[in-house]
Amino acid sequence: MASKADKPELIIGNKRLDGRGFNDLRPLKVEASVLKNADGSAYVEWGNNKILAAVFGPKEAMPKHVQDPVKAIIKCKYSMAPFSSMGEHGRSGPNRRAIEISKVTREAFENVVMLNDYPGSEIDIFIEVLQSDGGTRAAGITAAAVALASAGIHMKDLIYAVSVGKIGEELVIDMNMIEDNYSDSDMPMAISPRNGDVLLLQMDGIMSKSEVKKGMAMVLEAGKAISKIQKDALNKVYSRGENGNGV
Amino acid sequence: MGAFDIVKSNYIKELLAKGVREDGRKTFGFRSIKITPGAIPHAEGSAMVDLGGTRVLVGAKVQVEEPMPDTPKQGNLMVSAELLPLAHAEFESGPPSPESIELSRVVDRGIRAANCIDLESLFIEEGKVWAVFIDIYVLNYDGNLFDAATIAAMAALMNAKMPVYKGEDKADYEKRESPLKLKSAVVSTTFAKIENSILLDPNIHEENAADARVTIVTDGKSVRAMQKGLGGSFSTSEIESLVDVSLEKYNEVKSVLESSMK
Repeated sequence: MASKADKPELIIGNKRLDGRGFNDLRPLKVEASVLKNADGSAYVEWGNNKILAAVFGPKEAMPKHVQDPVKAIIKCKYSMAPFSSMGEHGRSGPNRRAIEISKVTREAFENVVMLNDYPGSEIDIFIEVLQSDGGTRAAGITAAAVALASAGIHMKDLIYAVSVGKIGEELVIDMNMIEDNYSDSDMPMAISPRNGDVLLLQMDGIMSKSEVKKGMAMVLEAGKAISKIQKDALNKVYSRGENGNGV
Repeated sequence: MGAFDIVKSNYIKELLAKGVREDGRKTFGFRSIKITPGAIPHAEGSAMVDLGGTRVLVGAKVQVEEPMPDTPKQGNLMVSAELLPLAHAEFESGPPSPESIELSRVVDRGIRAANCIDLESLFIEEGKVWAVFIDIYVLNYDGNLFDAATIAAMAALMNAKMPVYKGEDKADYEKRESPLKLKSAVVSTTFAKIENSILLDPNIHEENAADARVTIVTDGKSVRAMQKGLGGSFSTSEIESLVDVSLEKYNEVKSVLESSMK
């Protein structure tokens, strides 16, 4: 969170800077199976975020000592391209933030991937943020879920993620970078839509108990639209229906 | 996890099905908290914390630095964590593990989000500020590093005395009298979900048996930071009720912190 001194007015007359209402998502586009070599992949444009996710595997887990004889392990790497942000050139290589995001993302997918179907294997998830504008970890998880599905990996659910934030006294869904920089709170969540379970939850800032409750409800509500876009993307590539190309 | 850990996890689950914890604690009871402030007099602030069998040492050092470009009038805060190989057979030397990075970032997030340190009081002059380094050293791992490390970090900050600025980027460490200015204190509560039970302050065996974990950091009035971990899940109503428990636990831990400073 940047200093409050030069904080711009983020909400004017119940509208956000980009014209959205408090419950409005940024435009979200999802495309499945965009990379040839990967076993599964997805490309997401969410507002100004541009994110690629790719999945390799299941394949023999390496090195051998990491193998689990009863289930697959998931490896996950989230990274931001050095040219992805407005402003200065980013440093390449994983920083502490990226390592933490990779860990919590992996843990979210460990919940839904049917690991016992692939003993001794590893499933690699790569999330590359090509352009960032706030909410990249949520967009990355939303993309990676589609990539896993397009790789044909057995899952209990197609998960999504989105962040809810607090600006002044208002809770807003899906903050962009400028909102994120000057917000009073940020709470990214990943959800399993079939039962509403929370698979990823992080938060910092300041929120009352009732704001936490309301924020979680906003995330569940927003998920309906996100899930539909994810499924449509998969249908477009894999269904034999009128929209599908019958692969 | 070795065979012993699996047997132990099954034992923990069998007990919990009957509503009993291995060490006889209540569902939302902490293990005993022992705080030793000033354990390392060379550090500006320090504290050793024993949370049951978990032992964490935190040293806080203060030095002159350039401010961050986006906060030119504020001091800097850096939190790092070391899971020392002497703390547990499975901790290895080498570059920081995701676990140690997560630990340090969650402790950092709580302290930063609640403005515990008055960072504006750390401004010296144009282009010069005090930087506070909080280093978390895990000396013995027996579960729940998040809460132990947050308590130790808070205790080290409460115990810290500022050096005097000598000019030319130098600090006089012999003269340390005025306390580090703090604006609030946070308390961290970590819950483990094991099958259908949720309990506070898991010990190492309970952590091994856990499906999911969530840490909630509050300043007594509001939630300041949260972090869910592991492959399991929580329902939103479970999170809501744990926020309540966390807010209720604030005074209990805060009073241990305060009485240790006397």
